[in-house]
Amino acid sequence: MGSKTLKSLLMATSILATAGFAHAADTELTIESWRTDDLAIWQEKLIPAFEAKNPGIKVKFAPTPPTEYDAALGARFDAGSAGDIITCRPFDKSLEQFKRGNLASLTDLPGMKNFSDVAKAAWTTDDGKDAFCVPMASVIHGFIYNKDAFDKLGIAIPTTEAEFFAALDKIKADGTYIPMAMGTKDLWEAATMGYQNIGPTYWKGEEGRAKLIKGEEKLTDAPWVEPYKVLLKWKDYLGDGFEAQTYPDSQNLFTLGRAAIYPAGSWEIGLFNTQAQFKMGAFPPPVKNAGDACYISDHNDIGAGLNAKSKHPEEAKKFLDWVASPEFADIYANALPGFFSLNSTPVKMQDPLAQEFVSWREKCKPTIRSTYQILSRGTPNLENETWVESANVINGTDTPEAAAKKLQDGLDSWYKPAK
Amino acid sequence: MSTVEQASADRGNDKRPWRWYILVFLTPALLVYTAVMILPLIETLRLSLFNVKDGQSVFVGLDNFAVLFGDPRWAASFWNALKNNFIFFFIHMVVQNPIGVALAALLSVPKLRFGAFYRTALFLPTLLSFVIVGFIWKLILSPIWGVSPFLLDLIGLKSLFSPWLGKPGSALIAVSLISVWQYVGIPMMLIYAAMLNIPDEVLEAAECDGVTGWSQFWKIKLPLILPSIGIISILTFVGNFNAFDLVYTVQGALAGPDGATDILGTLLYRTFFGFQLQIGDKSMGATIATVMFLIILSGVCLYLFAIQRRMRRYQF
Repeated sequence: MGSKTLKSLLMATSILATAGFAHAADTELTIESWRTDDLAIWQEKLIPAFEAKNPGIKVKFAPTPPTEYDAALGARFDAGSAGDIITCRPFDKSLEQFKRGNLASLTDLPGMKNFSDVAKAAWTTDDGKDAFCVPMASVIHGFIYNKDAFDKLGIAIPTTEAEFFAALDKIKADGTYIPMAMGTKDLWEAATMGYQNIGPTYWKGEEGRAKLIKGEEKLTDAPWVEPYKVLLKWKDYLGDGFEAQTYPDSQNLFTLGRAAIYPAGSWEIGLFNTQAQFKMGAFPPPVKNAGDACYISDHNDIGAGLNAKSKHPEEAKKFLDWVASPEFADIYANALPGFFSLNSTPVKMQDPLAQEFVSWREKCKPTIRSTYQILSRGTPNLENETWVESANVINGTDTPEAAAKKLQDGLDSWYKPAK
Repeated sequence: MSTVEQASADRGNDKRPWRWYILVFLTPALLVYTAVMILPLIETLRLSLFNVKDGQSVFVGLDNFAVLFGDPRWAASFWNALKNNFIFFFIHMVVQNPIGVALAALLSVPKLRFGAFYRTALFLPTLLSFVIVGFIWKLILSPIWGVSPFLLDLIGLKSLFSPWLGKPGSALIAVSLISVWQYVGIPMMLIYAAMLNIPDEVLEAAECDGVTGWSQFWKIKLPLILPSIGIISILTFVGNFNAFDLVYTVQGALAGPDGATDILGTLLYRTFFGFQLQIGDKSMGATIATVMFLIILSGVCLYLFAIQRRMRRYQF
């Protein structure tokens, strides 16, 4: 690059940079986030939509890479230089910031009534009194399947556990496809896509999760061991060498059309839509017996909070109220298929796969991942242990009962349920 | 050797003025070393004696160590990591170092053609980043896209293949061998240099006495390179007990499956920095780091006082 081009480029950037300060009279709000991928969506869709309705408020989206976000945000809070709007991680990380007084309470924000208690659970104090972040998006678990393969083999969408395994048997007998694309190498696949995906059906979602936290149920009880027994049966339907199959391997096996069923999180939708050359469909975790109530893992992932030391709290609250509105939900959820709005007003999704996932909310009861709230605060960490034990069960290293016992023993060693 | 002795003899004889420039030369290195090595080490040792109680850092004496060795869970993960670390070290000692010596012996054969090429090719993996090495080997050993199942299939031995990195019984061995592949260049180079140092007269004299071939290697060369092998062993020991990077890139921070590849380095990482929902515990992390330091220190001391002093050196 010639020095002249470089110079003109530098000039151009400096002019552009100063252009940002042109409206000095306006209030500028800065959003802290780890979602660097979403920069374009914020700049092109969300921020213009907000600014058009709220003249006098300018919004700047300033993301930090995900791995640096927590540390960088902590440093900025300490230095008093954090942005006005804080993108919240779910559960303890944000709770800690709230306890330190870095995040303001949003319990009185009018828009908060647009969310259910489950939706707010990730950003509410343990006693349920204070909410401190507006829920923005969640991810839903289920199964994505290769529609072409299902049509070819004449398989109907399974709704019960028996149908599910019958379908897997049929795919296996045919031999064209690997029945299910999942590996245990990265451990978390087995826990997140396996245990937390099908588990809520057995422990009855929120009901079981609440009992576990209260100490009324234990991980060694039948509802918590049964998902492991089902996972053990999955073993026969996974690809060759699944013990060393990584998460990207599983994704590629499915999008290349070599596997028929993919235990999924909805965040895959965007990637799968661009990569898979075949038609895809999705079904929720099968219930045990026909007619049983179905449960899905609808896990809170992203929220938005208010910096307690913000210089423009009124404007920031206005913005957060807009984030809580159905309008925001509509733009956001459609721009990022797979990250679903937690708003009580259903959002009409344009993406058919995303629409399928979100439609389960109407017929199934949502819950969040069982290990995330409260139960992963101590050592050994229940979430990490669940990763290891879920992989162990599928690998045959531990029986379902032994795995459950290890998890419960680990939990008992530090967790005393509130009486 | 002789120049050093002369210098020390000189010092005794005439009284020179105080040589202040020695300080000038030493200070920069000393300052940098103190800042980046000694202070953090002292801070780590200090931190291992403290713990956080009610948000306050308080002195707890050896309580952290009592927890590490006394609590059944901490003790189980610590002993598991230590055991794996010894296996990791053992595989390096019995595979990496003999291969390194053998390669060096082959390279120092005077009539070898393309010697420079082999030397470079064998040393190259050592220069690669562990991230690249880990990633390449993960791909090579992948049961789905890997080269190894494909090659084994070509010669009809597909049945021998198994997903080694994913099985608790073989994962640690596989990771150790990857590390051996990467670092075999270091013993090779050191031994090679030591072998080049053996004077031709010694070898010629041996040949005159009828000691050739294998017996020449065992009786003449090996005793002469023994000090180098000692150094390599201690380097391997220190390197292995500080290892972390390769396991982290190949198996992740949880060092799966079922903690089968968990070594002290990964245990320290998880404890100190936390992982996923687990929040880092600086005090326990420092405790593990201190234990690692003590293990390495005692290993090095054992070598220095028990082995190196008894080692016979030959002067030419």
